[in-house]
Amino acid sequence: MARPAIGAAHRRRILAENALAYAFLFPAMAILLVFHFLGGLAAVVMSLFKWDIVPGAFRGLDNYQNVLFGARSEEFWHSLSVTITYTLITVPLEIVVSLILAYLLFQKMRGRGIYRTLYYLPYITSVIAAAVIFNWLMNPNYGFFNTLLELVGIGPQKWLDEPRGLFELISGGALAGWPAGPSLALVGVSLFTIWHYIGFQVVIFLAGLGNISTEYYEAARLDGASERQIFTKITLPLLSPTTFFVATVATIGALKAFNQIYIMTNGGPLDTTRTLGYEIFHVFFQQGRIDVGATMAVLLTLLILLFTFFQFRIAERRVFYG
Amino acid sequence: MASAAVSRPRDLPRLRTRTVLKHVVLAAVAIVIAFPFYWMLITAFKSFFEATRFPPTLFPEELHLENFATAWDSAAWPRFFTNTFVIAIAVTVGELVTSILAAYAFARLNFKGKGAIFMLLLATYMIPGEATLIPNFVLVTKYLRLGDTLQVQVIPFLASVFSIFLLRQHFLSIPNELADAAKVDGSGHLRFLWSVVLPLSIPVLVTVTLITALGVYDSFQWPLLVTNSDAVRPVQIGMAQFRTEFGAQYHLEMAAATFVIAPVVVVFLFAQRYLIQGVARTGIRG
Repeated sequence: MARPAIGAAHRRRILAENALAYAFLFPAMAILLVFHFLGGLAAVVMSLFKWDIVPGAFRGLDNYQNVLFGARSEEFWHSLSVTITYTLITVPLEIVVSLILAYLLFQKMRGRGIYRTLYYLPYITSVIAAAVIFNWLMNPNYGFFNTLLELVGIGPQKWLDEPRGLFELISGGALAGWPAGPSLALVGVSLFTIWHYIGFQVVIFLAGLGNISTEYYEAARLDGASERQIFTKITLPLLSPTTFFVATVATIGALKAFNQIYIMTNGGPLDTTRTLGYEIFHVFFQQGRIDVGATMAVLLTLLILLFTFFQFRIAERRVFYG
Repeated sequence: MASAAVSRPRDLPRLRTRTVLKHVVLAAVAIVIAFPFYWMLITAFKSFFEATRFPPTLFPEELHLENFATAWDSAAWPRFFTNTFVIAIAVTVGELVTSILAAYAFARLNFKGKGAIFMLLLATYMIPGEATLIPNFVLVTKYLRLGDTLQVQVIPFLASVFSIFLLRQHFLSIPNELADAAKVDGSGHLRFLWSVVLPLSIPVLVTVTLITALGVYDSFQWPLLVTNSDAVRPVQIGMAQFRTEFGAQYHLEMAAATFVIAPVVVVFLFAQRYLIQGVARTGIRG
């Protein structure tokens, strides 16, 4: 008679623990499911219907046809190419500069904490206020950037109002079309982005450098390796997971770019800074085309997911399986 | 950590030049990075005429402190700051509560479907804000009719996968012996959570709090879409509006940027340990 009684008590305890767990999970899961999970599925559904102010008829893949090859294709491919250009400018520069800074900062020295704090400061500053400062620095009439250019004998530039390509300007108008390069406006936004995120990458690289065992360095020094050899043969290869991680995080951030574009250029001049993130905002919010906006958002999401997948393969070791 | 432990005497002068060179590079970069802040500050103190002089002055000739008062009085800043403060408190407290409970369930409770729910959480974490933006906008404005309220800036952010993961990871590191000692049964979990787990998790709780609150302070796109009136709009929208209205008054614009940036800089300088550690540990980029 005693055994079933214990079994019942045991079962009751398991039941109680299950109930408690579900109660604990409910508030978080309810919010996450509605706003962050089902929302993602709903975007796919919206992209399959005609949907401007109110939902209309089912249209299958017509919206995709429209965005990829039809009436909306020009703006879609244009904004995608702006997004990719912006990514290609910002990500490699962010990586190179932050890697060098982190490497220099890594060695024990005086003032290390102050440098790190200063480098990190832009990252914690809100994008909006910081972008307003950069607009002022790049002001065509009174901006500090033009003062610098004047010091080295270059005439004033229109910066964020300049639709002409960087290489077009440098070559004095000799280069046009594709070789003209990104507009000076996009370069200006990119400079802001690099400034804003560099401290973040430095901190990640510092953490990565801290994970490399000092034994490798000691062994290399005993063998008479030069500082440069140590950097290229030991630090860089052993740091590559971190570098890869920083690259994917920075790429995802660049693909999402909206706030700085909205403040600094509003997608202009001549649409040369109209990223996909801005284009989606324009289409669904300013034009009221929920369907087209959702279609573009789904396409952007697929692109982001590709990089998220890479990021997860590295990140799972950092956060998810503690 | 990996300091160059070379101590042979003849290497010393070379080492010293190297150190000096390193400092030169690091200091130069620091100046470039800090310069925009300096430029903001000195412009904020200049008169309009001095601010628009070309070439500009590197230090204001007179300190026009009244610029800050003028900028402050020219827009509904007290309202914007109050709104942001209220939203930040609500989101941070709410998110902490939901995340602590969920993280505890994942870390210390056994229940049916744990693996499946955890996978669902991972899937949710993968879905970017770009995908959920339009559906959420339609949901809150058309169906829930929450447009232009403070609630609409709070409710969607009352839970965060990132916070759950971060806390879960920490809760897992608390030794089982402590749970055994507390003799945890079905009814004792809340008490164990409150009196053992949470006190042992203060640093990570501070990190989550700061990251969440700073995230709210910086939020821009969502409030831009779902609010219309100053009565509910937050600080960053106020900043964008101020720029549109006073865009040519550069000295006032920079004064406004100064008091929008100041609170986060102060918080950062006092709590950077928690923020930088949190970022280094998790690799989250807002």
